[in-house]
Amino acid sequence: MAAKTLIIDGKAVSAEEGATVLQVARDNNVAIPTLCHLEGVYDVGACRLCLVEVAGSTKLQPACTTKISEGMNIQTNSDRLRKYRRLTLELLFAERNHVCAVCVSNGHCELQTLAYSLGLDHVRYDYVFPKWKVDVTHRLFGMDHNRCILCTRCVRVCWHIEGAGTKNVAGRGATARIISDLDQPWGDSESCTECGKCVMACPTGALFHKGATAGEMEHDRDKLEFIVNAREKQQWLP
Amino acid sequence: MKLRVATVWLGGCSGCHMSFLDMDEFLIELAGLIDLVYSPVIDVKEFPEAVDVCLIEGAVCNEDNLEILRKIRERTKVLVSFGDCAVTGNVPAMRNPFGPDNRENVLQRAYVENARNNPGVPKADGIVPRLLEQVVPVHEAVYVEYYLPGCPPPAARIKEVLVQIINGQAPLLTGPQLKFG
Repeated sequence: MAAKTLIIDGKAVSAEEGATVLQVARDNNVAIPTLCHLEGVYDVGACRLCLVEVAGSTKLQPACTTKISEGMNIQTNSDRLRKYRRLTLELLFAERNHVCAVCVSNGHCELQTLAYSLGLDHVRYDYVFPKWKVDVTHRLFGMDHNRCILCTRCVRVCWHIEGAGTKNVAGRGATARIISDLDQPWGDSESCTECGKCVMACPTGALFHKGATAGEMEHDRDKLEFIVNAREKQQWLP
Repeated sequence: MKLRVATVWLGGCSGCHMSFLDMDEFLIELAGLIDLVYSPVIDVKEFPEAVDVCLIEGAVCNEDNLEILRKIRERTKVLVSFGDCAVTGNVPAMRNPFGPDNRENVLQRAYVENARNNPGVPKADGIVPRLLEQVVPVHEAVYVEYYLPGCPPPAARIKEVLVQIINGQAPLLTGPQLKFG
């Protein structure tokens, strides 16, 4: 494939045609924050954390779904981007009920880590305090919608790594939610193989192993990486 | 002149104040650097005038919290939201999602449904403050200058903020020092 040359944060880089801005940035040690991106599944640009500035365009572009092109000039960390990233995180916190202190993922949460990494010391918007249910009907796993950021990682790993297609999104806007099968209790799902990939993929404490208490839930992301590596590179590395 | 510092305990578990006491030997040094003019750990009944800095633990849960908070704002130059309840609402705000009747429901649950002896919601006008319809973080009720998150904020984080304030700097926490929870 043809190589493309472009500029990221003032530095000239080259990469193969078809790569995304996020891939090229990471290959060149430029850190762009992400939440919905997950190695091994396709990108959807859901979380808007990876927005970057592309010279010549007034619109901000998600790095994870924007393909590189010749001569592109990209800014990944301007004041404007930092402002929008913080705003996006604040809206995520305000939209559902994220109570870090009592969350199973306290200390192992990507939302929490991103918040402090990006200097979020408080949320300027009024909290919505919506009423959401917790589905603990499954034998092994639970789903707490209060902590869900709708990144859809669970949906993508369920469909495209496990191939079960249990997890889906229902509803629109702020009332959108992750469902199992045809919006049934997870425990009643006939398609769920109990593989746990959704739990491994979840960036927050929304999906968890039953029995985990505050701070105990770690997502075993390396198991998912192992599977993806085996599929994509035929390397069965421990 | 020494800074006139206050600390107050609104709707929280006092864990932030326990963490404050965990500053251990620094407390002795601190006592020489500030005048502690109002706090749950000293015996002063009325929030004084002309306070320089007040650390506020806890969310705004009841009418009493709101009243004292407004008084504190009038009498204090710099307010610091101290701990996750003050900063986010945290655990006390977990009643909010139960909707408009949440205050009646939580009292019913705590004092009637779960009471073994003498069930009944405590009522005494002027003594037991009424719960607010919604629990809110401090900055939704009054203007707040600085934020010190954590549940509780570790002693080192509290010290960091106090030292910066005592040195006349705007307190700035970065990275994991800002971690909620």
